[in-house]
Amino acid sequence: MDKNRSHFLVRFRGLIQAGAALLTNIHLPNFLKGTLYQGKGKYLCVPGLNCYSCPGAAGACPIGAFQAVVGSSKFRFSYYVTGILILLGVLLGRFICGFLCPFGWLQELLHKIPSPKLSTRRLKPLRYIKYAVLLIMVVLLPAVIVNTSGMGDPFFCKYLCPQGVLEGAIPLSLTNAGIRAALGKLFSWKFCILLAVVVGSVVFYRPFCKWLCPLGAVYALMNHVSLFQMRVDRDTCVSCGACAKACPMDVDITRTPNHAECIRCGKCIKSCPTKAICYQYGFGDKSKTEIKEN
Amino acid sequence: MLSKKAIVQVLFLLAAVMMIGYGAWRGEAGTVFTKAIRLCMECVGIG
Repeated sequence: MDKNRSHFLVRFRGLIQAGAALLTNIHLPNFLKGTLYQGKGKYLCVPGLNCYSCPGAAGACPIGAFQAVVGSSKFRFSYYVTGILILLGVLLGRFICGFLCPFGWLQELLHKIPSPKLSTRRLKPLRYIKYAVLLIMVVLLPAVIVNTSGMGDPFFCKYLCPQGVLEGAIPLSLTNAGIRAALGKLFSWKFCILLAVVVGSVVFYRPFCKWLCPLGAVYALMNHVSLFQMRVDRDTCVSCGACAKACPMDVDITRTPNHAECIRCGKCIKSCPTKAICYQYGFGDKSKTEIKEN
Repeated sequence: MLSKKAIVQVLFLLAAVMMIGYGAWRGEAGTVFTKAIRLCMECVGIG
C-alpha cells in the first residue's frame, strides 16, 4: 500500500467507521419493530464487538458466539469461532478495532466531547486486564461452571459487556413492554458499566478497548502476524518523536510497528513531518523498523 | 522464497480455514445461529 492510499484511509477513517457500524447493523427497520434479524447472516460473525441482540445486527458477535458454543451442552471449545477470529486477525489484525468496530467508534465519538483529557501512559499495566477477561470470562468460566444440563453462562456478555445494554436492552425495551418489565438488577449493574465506559471515554481515549475488550485482546495477539502492518521508512524518519506523541494508544511506532496495542488509527501517519510512516499489506515482514541513531 | 513470517502467516490462515470447516462440520455454526437469532437474556441484562 503506497503513502497516498495510506493517507486516503486515514483521512476517511471516520466515514469508514460509520459505514462499518451501519453495515454491521443494517436491519434498521427492526429497531422500530422491536424484533431481531433472523436470517442466515447470523451463521457468521461480524468482525467488531456488536451484540447479536441488537435489532439491526446483521451477524453474530464473535465473543458472544464463542461463549454460546463453549457454554452449550454439546461442546467445550469452538473451533468455528476461533477459526473466524484467527482468519480476521491474520487478514486485518487490530485494523478492525480502528476502522470496523462499532463500539470503538462510539468511544472515539465520545472522546470528541470537549473536556479535560487524561493520558493513559502511566496506566499501561491495565492493558493486561483484557487478556484475563478473555481467558477467564470468555474461555474458561462458560466451559467450566455449568448447570445440571451441562450448560454454562456467557460470563462476559452477562456481567461485563456494555454493548448488550446499549444495542440490545435499550432499543428493545423502548418498543417492547415485556422486555422493559423484565429488566432487573442485572440490567442495572450492566447499565452502570455502560455509564462508566461512556464517562470514561470522554476523558480517556477508548478505555474499554485498551483495558477490557476480549475481542481487542484476540486481535492484539494476532497483530504481530497480521497481513495489515505499519511501515516506518528508516531513511526518511528523523526520529523526532511526533508519532509517539500523537499515538492515542501509547505506542512508539518507530520501535514496534506491529505492537499489540496499535489499532492502525493512522494518527502517526498524519503527524509524521517527513511522511515516513504508511500502511503495508501483504505476506512477510513489511515493517522495517530500524531507524538511524542520531 | 517465503520469509519465516510469511510461512507463519500462511500456516495461521490454513489453520483458520481448517478450524472453521471442522467447527461447521460438527455443528457449531448451528449453535451460533440458534443463539444469535433469539434474544440473549444475559446480554440485555434479564439473566
